[in-house]
Amino acid sequence: MTITADTPNASPGTVAQLRTFIRRNPTIIIGSALLAAMAVIAIIAPWIAGDPQFMVPVDRLQPPSAAHWFGTDPLGRDVYARAVYGARISLVVGLSVAILAIVIGLTIGLAAGYYRKLDNVLMRFMDGLMAIPGILLAIALVSLNKASVGIVVIAIAIPEIPRVVRLVRSVVLTTREQPFIEAAVGGGSRSLKIILRHIVPSTIAPLIVQATYITASAILTESALSFLGAGVPPEVPTWGNMIASSRLLLARAPWTIFFPGTCLALVVLAVNLLGDGLRDRLDPRLARRM
Amino acid sequence: MTAYIVRRLLAMLPVMAIVALFVFLLLHLAPGDPAAIMAGDNATPDNIAQIRQKLGLDEPIWKQFLVWIVSLAHGNLGNSMFWGDPVTTLIAQRAEPTISLAITTIGVAIIIAVFLGVVAAANAGTGIDRFVMGFAVMGFSVPVFVVGYLLIFLFAIELKWLPVQGYTPIAEGILPWLRNLVLPSVALGLAYVALIARITRATMLDVLSEDYMRTARAKGVASAPLLLKHALKNAAVPIVTVIGIGVALLIGGVVITETVFNIPGIGRLVVDAIARRDYPIIQGVIMVFSGVYVLVNLLVDLSYTFFDPRIRY
Repeated sequence: MTITADTPNASPGTVAQLRTFIRRNPTIIIGSALLAAMAVIAIIAPWIAGDPQFMVPVDRLQPPSAAHWFGTDPLGRDVYARAVYGARISLVVGLSVAILAIVIGLTIGLAAGYYRKLDNVLMRFMDGLMAIPGILLAIALVSLNKASVGIVVIAIAIPEIPRVVRLVRSVVLTTREQPFIEAAVGGGSRSLKIILRHIVPSTIAPLIVQATYITASAILTESALSFLGAGVPPEVPTWGNMIASSRLLLARAPWTIFFPGTCLALVVLAVNLLGDGLRDRLDPRLARRM
Repeated sequence: MTAYIVRRLLAMLPVMAIVALFVFLLLHLAPGDPAAIMAGDNATPDNIAQIRQKLGLDEPIWKQFLVWIVSLAHGNLGNSMFWGDPVTTLIAQRAEPTISLAITTIGVAIIIAVFLGVVAAANAGTGIDRFVMGFAVMGFSVPVFVVGYLLIFLFAIELKWLPVQGYTPIAEGILPWLRNLVLPSVALGLAYVALIARITRATMLDVLSEDYMRTARAKGVASAPLLLKHALKNAAVPIVTVIGIGVALLIGGVVITETVFNIPGIGRLVVDAIARRDYPIIQGVIMVFSGVYVLVNLLVDLSYTFFDPRIRY
């Protein structure tokens, strides 16, 4: 949203202003460009890569070549095709977890911050949830259900909720003391209207920043769950699954591990750069501290 | 101070009770029959009934929760479905490698991270600063297992300087013990280093702009003691706080690192339990790790008085 706010329509000097924006926000530009490239690759996967499940057992563990750019895996599948399709799962999981955690966290956070009676109970529950290591909670949730992308998304989102709740609650607590809220209460607005019209808008900027960090951490957690055998089913091409299926072949076929590993690191790096850049622009108070 | 510590320890109880409630609910609110899930795909109805009875799943839910809480209060985490042994025994048997890995990682990470953060802050805006911060963003972005395999490939397979995998108990000598821990500690500690280095740089920058720092500089304090004694000690409270919060990162990382480096610790115990659907182990390890996390953060709070005598409890 701020990106468009800074790129004016067709006024004179648009190019110059765009150039200034790029110079001042290199991390936003690099991060979003990398991410956009990955998203395009994920979308056009069927056109730029072959079948990720197609096995040619005689061709297994081939080093990178013209026919197989990233080599082949222990079952003779094309590592390039699987890496390209892997981008789909990573991005979908990362984004879905961020949306789910923000929506639930925002609701609970608003309730805790605005209705003081609920606050104590809700925050104690959040403290307890926060003490549980996220990855273990996700492992427990996934291992009790049939492994699927949906379950993985829910399992990763739940441990992220308390952090969103705390953030939203702290914004609500400072906002509700502002004179304009008092005016709205005095003017007879209903609570729901006050929350939606006057309080929610001030949570948006910090939540956008938080969403990028949740996305980055969700992509990492998804890959870790796949790697540990507690993620999406092993035949689905995800970067974590690819590394897991080759983990005993590091010395013989390092490409089966390092190509998906590099993809993973690049996506997370892109999201982190975008997040740092957005934080610097949207939340100057935090930017000074980190 | 003692009264405060006692009060804080007592305050741990409700948090741990809520953790216990979550762990309990996980098993019971999962769609489908937990006994059937644990029995696996080829189970007979007899197997399932047996598991249900063994775990007390045929009792009413409030009674099951009471039994779970009471046995937790007795330090009993139940028995493993696969091994039959008490979960507490299994965890105790595998504690040494995990504690060793955690201690070496935290030790090395704090030293490296604080050094990097101080150097970056002292050279703010220069190439050194940008390099350290760039390294920090990378550290957050590369998954633990990718770093682990990269390190194994370079230092164990190609250069043959260090062992590929495994763990040597400390009783067999400090040096072999350390040799096995170098690579896993670096892999596990990378994200932790990034986290601590960033907060160190940020708080150091805040402190360095304070008036008392200008005074110290003006009266001729040399730059090393200036940075370490005057600035770093004043910057310590936020740094220690992040060290405590970051323990969560380490706990998650331990599970992955032990798998990559084949270390027979508590993390490995959980991962093996996933494949066997040995749910009591997963529950037990969650309880223990959550307890450690809460306890570490209590220690962090207590350490504030040491760094900032103005804080009193």
